[in-house]
Amino acid sequence: MSNVLTRLGDWVTERAPNMMPAYRKHMTEYYAPKNFNLWYYFGSLAFLVLINQIVTGIFLTMNYNPSAAGAFDSVQYIMRDVEWGWLIRYMHSTGASLFFVVVFLHMFRGIMYGSYKKPRELVWLLGMLIYLALMAEAFMGYVLPWGNMSFWGAKVIISLFGTIPVIGNGLVEWIMGDFLPGDATLNRFFALHVIALPLVLLLLVVLHLAALHEVGSNNPDGVEIKKGPKGNRWSALAPADGIPFHPYYTVKDIVGVGFFLLIAAFIIFFAPTLGGWFLEHDNSIMANNLVTPAEIKPVWYFTPFYAIVRMIPSFLGSAVWGVLAMFGAIAVLFLFPWLDRGKVKSIRYRGTGFKVALAVFVLAFIGLGAVGAGVTAEVIPEWFGNVDLTTWENLFGRVMTALYFGFFAFLWAYTYFGWEKTKPVPDRVTMHD
Amino acid sequence: MKQFLPSLALALGLLIGAAPAHAESGPALLSSGANVNDQASLQRGAKLFFNYCVGCHSLKYMRYSRMAADIGLSEQDVMQNLNFTGARFDDPVISHMPPALATHWFGKAPPDLSLEVSARGADWVYTYLNSFYLDPHSPIGWNNTVLPNAAMPFPLSELQGMQTAVMKPGSQDEVEKLTLTHPGSMTPAQFQQATRDLTNFLDYVSEPAALQRHKYGIWVLLFLVVFTMLAYLLKKEYWKDVH
Repeated sequence: MSNVLTRLGDWVTERAPNMMPAYRKHMTEYYAPKNFNLWYYFGSLAFLVLINQIVTGIFLTMNYNPSAAGAFDSVQYIMRDVEWGWLIRYMHSTGASLFFVVVFLHMFRGIMYGSYKKPRELVWLLGMLIYLALMAEAFMGYVLPWGNMSFWGAKVIISLFGTIPVIGNGLVEWIMGDFLPGDATLNRFFALHVIALPLVLLLLVVLHLAALHEVGSNNPDGVEIKKGPKGNRWSALAPADGIPFHPYYTVKDIVGVGFFLLIAAFIIFFAPTLGGWFLEHDNSIMANNLVTPAEIKPVWYFTPFYAIVRMIPSFLGSAVWGVLAMFGAIAVLFLFPWLDRGKVKSIRYRGTGFKVALAVFVLAFIGLGAVGAGVTAEVIPEWFGNVDLTTWENLFGRVMTALYFGFFAFLWAYTYFGWEKTKPVPDRVTMHD
Repeated sequence: MKQFLPSLALALGLLIGAAPAHAESGPALLSSGANVNDQASLQRGAKLFFNYCVGCHSLKYMRYSRMAADIGLSEQDVMQNLNFTGARFDDPVISHMPPALATHWFGKAPPDLSLEVSARGADWVYTYLNSFYLDPHSPIGWNNTVLPNAAMPFPLSELQGMQTAVMKPGSQDEVEKLTLTHPGSMTPAQFQQATRDLTNFLDYVSEPAALQRHKYGIWVLLFLVVFTMLAYLLKKEYWKDVH
């Protein structure tokens, strides 16, 4: 058997001499720092969820009907008549939300440990493009079941483009292919969701990894292992603090996969709607342009940005400012490598100001999410009694918006003017377990 | 890691608790206590549905055959006792009420109830069924505190009897509470149980897969616990090289 495999390997190598070296470069001879902690699971988990979305998506496509008349019924057909259709759909819907969970944690890891800093700016930029493509992918996927929240969510989000002066209204019609979300919208969103954007996502993921493997991974200490001493038990030339990605991080990531699947399976089998967070109640009603849901809101992972749109008032006779602020809130994330001038990468050795600001930033993001999801609209009357909801919600939401953007201003000033008091960074990585 | 798992469990719990706003404002909802794994309750609920509801409301996504298999009824039980429309065993549950005429009679065609519990929640349905009261100002003679000006005349009144609204002091239309002024054939406790069963049946109908989810889910979780433990031991073995 091994003889056959060796001969097969030789046969391939004769015809494609660079295949084995490429495998080695990215797997067995890719030296990753040996001190990765819990935060380093989320990259491989994001990849796992991507594969899950593609595989379950293929099976959903076999039974889904992308038409305004048939889409909603076909989802119920999948849920009831297709063998294991319910499991495939719940894996896909839960996967969509968990994709954002792991991507948010993955991005937060990058911010915490300064993984976007030189020489990894390109890795960060490609990652941000993945995040953008993922948002487009998720938005279009959310429209496909053609529930009432799909319809109204699509209508509201697409209408945001209508605030752009002069071309706005034409643009909205162009995107929808109609005056309301309808057959044309559903068909093009289906095409984009199942083929165009997945291709873009896969290509970006390949580039993200290629860019990462050129410069090597950062780590919780923010120490460049390539600049440290050479020589480990696998290679005399490799960084002393590096270990081969395969098998050490592949076996470690499988443990992460186990924990992650436990959580995912719990949701899929015992709480697939997650109390309305992952699958919304109003989407159990078929799209109806005559019945508006009590409260139109996007799925949880868009709510922080949606809140920013709502919180920015229109002035100078235009509502475009909120939309600009929303896109600005995403665009500013691209600028992390240039806004943060700090020399020290890891939060472990950065100044207190950075730690406090990052905590405030996270709270502002969650706070905005609460506004966008309508949580504040529920808890403000509950906690403070009969107060003017709009005033208090706007006040809270605007403070959170200011803190969100304020974080970037602070980060720039804090590092540009040298106010940050950092701790000494060790020469070698540290191990804590 | 030691702090991570409990905090994760806590976060999940908080999330499920802090459901995003979906319930319409209105009176507080009663707890339905729906449990789709209670087969006897599902059978009683099905009986109520096919005696009191199917005259107007369809379950267009629910096949008689699937329902029979899931709630433990034979084909004969269903075809003789529950199917009053002459539909075939594999057909979905479609009411004989013509939608156009229904719209004419009630101002609104009776909605399909296949996904009613998914859309509104079991507690809402249960509370709705317990919140009808006599209203002389309404064109149909009935009103409902959960869904004001509901178009449906209360079909279960022979069971519950008739409730009358007690208005808040000094108010014409704000209901303070409902009192049973004309008893029906069931005691209040029996009626609550009956509406619980009916709600439970509709909960099942809105997602028949729930029965399978619960059945397989526990085995999947157990497998993953073992898998994760083995993966951890494998990792530990490999990482002896690193430490």
